[in-house]
Amino acid sequence: MNYKWRKLRNKFFIISLSLAAAICLTPLILVTSFILQKGASSLDLNFFTQLPAPVGDVGGGMMHAILGTIYMVALGSLIAVPLGIIGGIYLSEFGKGGISKSLRIATDVMTGIPSIIIGIFAYILLVVPFKTFSALSGAFALSLIILPVVIRSSEEILKLVPNHIREAGLALGLPRWKVILFIIVRGNLSALFTGVMLAVARASGETAPLLFTAFGNMYLSSSPMEPMASLPVQIYTYAISPFEDWQRQSWAGAFVLIMLVIGVNLGARAILNPSAIKEFFKRS
Amino acid sequence: MEQTKEQFKFLSQHKLQTRLSGEFGDKIAKIVMQTVAIAILATLILMVILLVQMSSEAINEFGSDFLTNSTWDPISEEFGVLSFLYGTLITSILALLIAAPISVMVAIFITEILPLKLGQVLGLFVEMIAAIPSIVFGLWGLFFLAPLVRESITPFLKSTLGFLPFFQGPSFGIGILTASIILATMILPTITSITREVFKTIPQHQKEAALALGATREEMIKLAVLRPSFSGITGAIVLGFGRALGETMAVAMVIGNSSKITLSLFAPGATMSSVIANEYAEASAGLHLSSLCFVGLLLFAVTLIVNSAARFIVWKFSPLSKSERKEKRS
Amino acid sequence: MSESDNVLEVKNLNAWFGNFHAVKNVSNNYSRKSITAIIGPSGCGKSTYLRCLNRIHEEVPGARLSGEALLLGQNIFAPNVDPVELRRHIGMVFQKPNPFPALSIFDNVVIGLKLQGEKRKDVLMEAAQKCLKKAALWDEVKEKLQKQGTSLSGGQQQRLCIARALAVNPPVLLMDEPTSALDPIASAKIEELMQTLKEEYTVIVVTHNMQQAARVADFTSFLMLGELIEHGPSEVIFTNPKKTKTEDYITGRFG
Repeated sequence: MNYKWRKLRNKFFIISLSLAAAICLTPLILVTSFILQKGASSLDLNFFTQLPAPVGDVGGGMMHAILGTIYMVALGSLIAVPLGIIGGIYLSEFGKGGISKSLRIATDVMTGIPSIIIGIFAYILLVVPFKTFSALSGAFALSLIILPVVIRSSEEILKLVPNHIREAGLALGLPRWKVILFIIVRGNLSALFTGVMLAVARASGETAPLLFTAFGNMYLSSSPMEPMASLPVQIYTYAISPFEDWQRQSWAGAFVLIMLVIGVNLGARAILNPSAIKEFFKRS
Repeated sequence: MEQTKEQFKFLSQHKLQTRLSGEFGDKIAKIVMQTVAIAILATLILMVILLVQMSSEAINEFGSDFLTNSTWDPISEEFGVLSFLYGTLITSILALLIAAPISVMVAIFITEILPLKLGQVLGLFVEMIAAIPSIVFGLWGLFFLAPLVRESITPFLKSTLGFLPFFQGPSFGIGILTASIILATMILPTITSITREVFKTIPQHQKEAALALGATREEMIKLAVLRPSFSGITGAIVLGFGRALGETMAVAMVIGNSSKITLSLFAPGATMSSVIANEYAEASAGLHLSSLCFVGLLLFAVTLIVNSAARFIVWKFSPLSKSERKEKRS
Repeated sequence: MSESDNVLEVKNLNAWFGNFHAVKNVSNNYSRKSITAIIGPSGCGKSTYLRCLNRIHEEVPGARLSGEALLLGQNIFAPNVDPVELRRHIGMVFQKPNPFPALSIFDNVVIGLKLQGEKRKDVLMEAAQKCLKKAALWDEVKEKLQKQGTSLSGGQQQRLCIARALAVNPPVLLMDEPTSALDPIASAKIEELMQTLKEEYTVIVVTHNMQQAARVADFTSFLMLGELIEHGPSEVIFTNPKKTKTEDYITGRFG
């Protein structure tokens, strides 16, 4: 083969790779800029501090939905995070037996379940018997989204701890549970926290599991047994509505949501590896 | 005398007590963990049982006809999943056709071409796409992409490929093509990041060996990077497919919700997840609700099969994982 | 020295990994205030043997052992002995310096005491100071006790790990190739430290470095394929061994 031809092909290959990268980033830029442009203009203090205006009236905000999202994500995390971390510890420290093998498979299956099906499950389990849409059922659905992610990330993180660290703890005459809790887990708190935050960020953007569990409402509610608004569902409801003002609010909601999710995401990654970030800024 | 006194103290200090408290805590810890593990397993099993139970009415009513019937009519209470199955498969396959080559190329670009730090930055941006909530994509698709598809992409495709049945018929913007493009965007980061993980497992010396033979970068990548990671990439693509199958909100907002099967990609359609999202809250109890649960059950089964297939491919056919398994055994 | 001066008496110790017989019928005695080195070709079971003595060996899945080891006359393998409690009496230093991540230097030293329930600040501080001094690290770290343990250099980290092991006050200290991950200067410091530790502790050290064994150890055991070939005072082993296998090994004819 001709060397010149090979070099040309190589160049073409690299150019097409860069092109692919550009194509890949285009939606990210388009989505964020579009939301920024449409959302920021309808974003004001009222958006955060007011309830929706009556149908047809202009104005109002999404305070109830923002608080609802925080409420349900917090409640869901309260259920899922401790269980998830315990599950992750179990897989990483006792990952050999039959139960842990089944748990690993179950975690894989749960990660792959479409979130809408988790919504159906929460509906059957908690909406049907109580005969009402409820924040509790929404939080439960979100907890099932968070759970497998936390299990998996905790397992991966704790598996990275070299075995001789565990042995060093045991060699001090400490029982295994103390070694795990006060040395292995404690030494990796920030990484575990990052895994949790990534899961929480993912859950706070979920719409499908809330559609027929928490459902949504137009006022402020704090009861777990009543329907509750959430930012994603509110965005959805407004987006498909025929009112232009609601559509504008939908944009603003999307702006807030994306800032929230990406902010938490980036923040969590920064916590995971502060030294790497420092180094990055030092070098560049 | 002094000697024995000291010795006595030494001995009593290091007298081993018989087993009392030591492993008690360990036992409790293990019981707690096993309880949690079993509870999680039980939840998953309960989910399947409840889904089957809720679907039973529809299963009894329609049986296997449910799979082959494309009618979905809540008023006359006749339900079949075929059109949604078709919608789910066609959008996901189309999304895969768009996303798979781009994802693999981006992964190569990040790991093999860009300098380490720059690659990490690009990688982070790609991960950020995965962080954008589905609903935001839906909103964007509805107000930006749909008009774009209607006004520029459709006329372009019609004028170039219009002789094919896929690219005929009127376009309303919302429809199968728009949904597929959105899906492609959403699964791109999934495939990219898994492919990157696969590339990471390739030892540096293999790449250097190829370069030392005088290979160009392109030849090196094909020889030393792509070939050994073929099964890993396949697994990544199948996992991306699994994710596309279950994606709900963004698709529900832009696909148009029509239970007709049409060849045209410009026409509206519906997927299994989009029909659940759109009708579930309104469905009055009874056959309609049960049928929607049945659709959910089938969707669960399809994604489970696809995801298991992906894991199986990675596990079974990857030469790297095979040698790792051997190492673990010895 | 009398018979009763033996701190640890090992009798017919066998150890397995699954079906692999790693340590075969080893018997030996270790007296107070002495250093014993265990040498042998790699894979000879010397680390496994050491890890039996504080029952860390049992933590590896599929590992078994049989035999007796008497710590001050009490069989440490007896069914009523709690391995967790036993390890407070037999400390261990590992091949790689492994201070606990995300713990300060101070916390690294006193973690054993702390997790055993000692909460009094002054007691912990006193213990930390005492052990860091014993490990010849106090002067280097007294100004920065709250810094991360992992921020120290490799040699300092290893001395920190020694201080950590001493803090629970064991009469016996096991060291598994404690200098193999260190540079020569840091190694020399550890060797020097071992000499002072001898004044108070019974030290058993596994090493692949025969010069080190000859320099620091009062006694040397030679292990091969899991069997104890020869044991005796170091000067005898290294100058006038009784077995040809030992002689072949120390003169470098194999291994």
